[in-house]
Amino acid sequence: MSVAISSPVSATRAAAPVATPGVAVGIDFSSLVTVAADGTRHLDLAVEGITCAACIGDIERGLAKLPGLDRARLNYTNRRLGVDWTAPGFDPAAVVARLAELGYRAHPFEASREEAIEAAQMRFLLRCLAVAGFAAMNIMLLSVSVWSGNVSDITDETRDLFHWLSALIALPAAAYAGQPFFRNAARAIRNRSMTMDVPISLGVTLALGMSLYETIHSAHHAYFDSAVMLLFFLLLGRVLDQVMRRKTRAVAGNLMALRGETATRIGADGTLQEVPVRAIRPGDHVLVRPGERIAVDGVVAEGLSELDASLVTGETAREPVGPGGRVYAGTVNLGGALTVAVTAAGQGTLLDEVNRLVAQAADARSRYLRLADRAARIYSPIVHVTALATAIGWMLAGASTHDAIITAIAVLIITCPCALALAVPATQVVASGALFRAGVLLQSADAIERMAACDTVVFDKTGTLTTPEPRVVNAAAVPADLMELARRLALSSHHPLAMALARDALGRQPLEGVRETTGQGVAALVDGAEVRLGSPAFCDAQEAARAALAGDGRSTVICVRHGDRVSVLLMHQVLRRDAAEVVAALKARGLRIVILSGDRPGPVAEAAQALGITDARAGLDPAGKIAALERLAGEGCRTLMVGDGLNDAPALAAAHASLSPVTAAHLAQASADGLFLGERLGPVADALAVSRRATRIMRENLAIAVVYNLVAVPLAMMGYVTPLIAAAAMSGSSIIVTVNALRARLPRGAAMSAPAAPAAVPGIARVAA
Amino acid sequence: MNVLVYLLPVALGLGLTGLVAFLWALKSGQYDDLDGAAVRILDDDDVRRP
Repeated sequence: MSVAISSPVSATRAAAPVATPGVAVGIDFSSLVTVAADGTRHLDLAVEGITCAACIGDIERGLAKLPGLDRARLNYTNRRLGVDWTAPGFDPAAVVARLAELGYRAHPFEASREEAIEAAQMRFLLRCLAVAGFAAMNIMLLSVSVWSGNVSDITDETRDLFHWLSALIALPAAAYAGQPFFRNAARAIRNRSMTMDVPISLGVTLALGMSLYETIHSAHHAYFDSAVMLLFFLLLGRVLDQVMRRKTRAVAGNLMALRGETATRIGADGTLQEVPVRAIRPGDHVLVRPGERIAVDGVVAEGLSELDASLVTGETAREPVGPGGRVYAGTVNLGGALTVAVTAAGQGTLLDEVNRLVAQAADARSRYLRLADRAARIYSPIVHVTALATAIGWMLAGASTHDAIITAIAVLIITCPCALALAVPATQVVASGALFRAGVLLQSADAIERMAACDTVVFDKTGTLTTPEPRVVNAAAVPADLMELARRLALSSHHPLAMALARDALGRQPLEGVRETTGQGVAALVDGAEVRLGSPAFCDAQEAARAALAGDGRSTVICVRHGDRVSVLLMHQVLRRDAAEVVAALKARGLRIVILSGDRPGPVAEAAQALGITDARAGLDPAGKIAALERLAGEGCRTLMVGDGLNDAPALAAAHASLSPVTAAHLAQASADGLFLGERLGPVADALAVSRRATRIMRENLAIAVVYNLVAVPLAMMGYVTPLIAAAAMSGSSIIVTVNALRARLPRGAAMSAPAAPAAVPGIARVAA
Repeated sequence: MNVLVYLLPVALGLGLTGLVAFLWALKSGQYDDLDGAAVRILDDDDVRRP
């Protein structure tokens, strides 16, 4: 459930005791705690609500007084808190409780394996960068002396000394700092593919080898500086790329953790324990109370209820469920309590089919060839043939073998793929930064290019074009004062419908003395009369509710009673606030818009009409969505799929590119190329605009690199390239390409997500799980 | 050119010192929370009970 929490409300709501009477409260975090060799226990938590630097002191000082806790340190960059303790009886749930008192929501966090690998990679890249930087600077110091000495009075002995010193620095430095390129190149060659790393490795190795040979023979020119500088520039590009990617991943990881997905496990002896979903095993039984979101896949063992399965099937109609019925993670239990037996994906179930389709689609996508790799495929043969032709040409013209080879290697060095290798990554870094600010978190590196190529946008309806949670649709029919009371009362409830109602109550004061009856509703005393908000039975309004629901299959009701006045609030999902605006803007840019929904034809047609979309199809299952995408592909359309449901996951993986709202089902998020934050649809339009712009700049950059080579290569072939010219040409072209890449940011005022997003991303404060 | 005998080692030594200092800082986790380090310096209460 996604709830925007502004700070005053989050503080109040968090401070309110979590009222779940008759149930063991306190979550068992033991599955996420790591134990060090000396017995120190460690837990990482993602913390929400950190808006300013003062929060660091607030949190660390606040936790310092907690008995048993040894150390708490907040990482302000990624909003994560690490806590350590040795006391055996210490319960980490106390940390979460203390943070709640301080007004911060926190949830234990388990760094994904990819994140750990990336952190290690980042360190390695930084070490390589440092070594290359040190070497490049010192060799340049020696090289400048040689260059100026060559035109004045340097003695042969001094030049040899300087060349030997350069070799002494360059060879070990390149051997260390070049590892990322050498490894990738070796892998590419083993796979018989071609990436930019192959010509880079070849160029560096040949330049170093030739320079060493020249040094041994006391020649005038050596290219140690060019080789090491090339490595330095390229490493810089990779480090920046990695920084951006880690930043995105950290935010996505925090959002995932802050969903706070726990389940209530029923122990063998009937005791209840709240545990993180990860700790649940097939065969366990979990209790799902009314109003809770089901966190696991399984079969109902006991209980009767109605489910809101919109996140799974896209259907907005309520679905009755009883013993033996299958339930999926992400559905909301609207009726009575259920006991669910957890199962793995069995054969023939929806989940099984979705998993199979996702795997198939992902397999097809992995065959996509990136722009940079396509460039490398064309570039490498041309350059290597040119170098060879140079050597043969000079030999035919009567030059010595030595001179011919030296000139050929100079061609390889001057065409060094520096600008070419930076052209794409530099733009990618700037573009993903722009997307990050617009509220789009990219998960795959080549998503920008693929998104830019899209000419058709396919929307899922439920949860994508519409808000993921229901809104009151008959507010006009409810007396204003009763509505006001309902909203204030809703601030104190944890039921998803009440939380959705409370969204519009931000900035209002919660009522005092609120009692919550789990699964029923909340009540408080106002002006001497009791106010109740909850199920029709809780408000004694079954008759009115039945009348209001007559002939309406998709609305859910919540009732409010003050004294003897009763109102029935009808709630269902409505279109996102800026949906019409975004669809119109996309159409104006010449994109074809299609709706593929799993919902019934009625609501789909209604949404399509409101948005002015003519191409809308309803009642599709996951395979149906893929078939529809394939038909679009057959018509020559490249599709950007935007969807959130479990049923969208295969389509998200199969489309040319895809985006998911952050409220999407796990599998959908994992299949999409990127996530967008917030309540607006604007980020989708921004993502398309930024990626189109970025891809245009990537092509420009590649063109610049080609023009540079057209000028430099003939000079090199004629043998005019000295190390000084090589160094100047190389850094010059790299700088031009990098500066051009900076233009990938959206021009001021062009972003559609502008008002909400900047605050939403850095603090992650306003985008709750 | 005798001056090179000590100028070169000094120049390279300075560079190496910088490299080692950076690698040490990286290893001791000083690049893990750059935003935090920027604001922690403004905190008066720098000696804190653990």
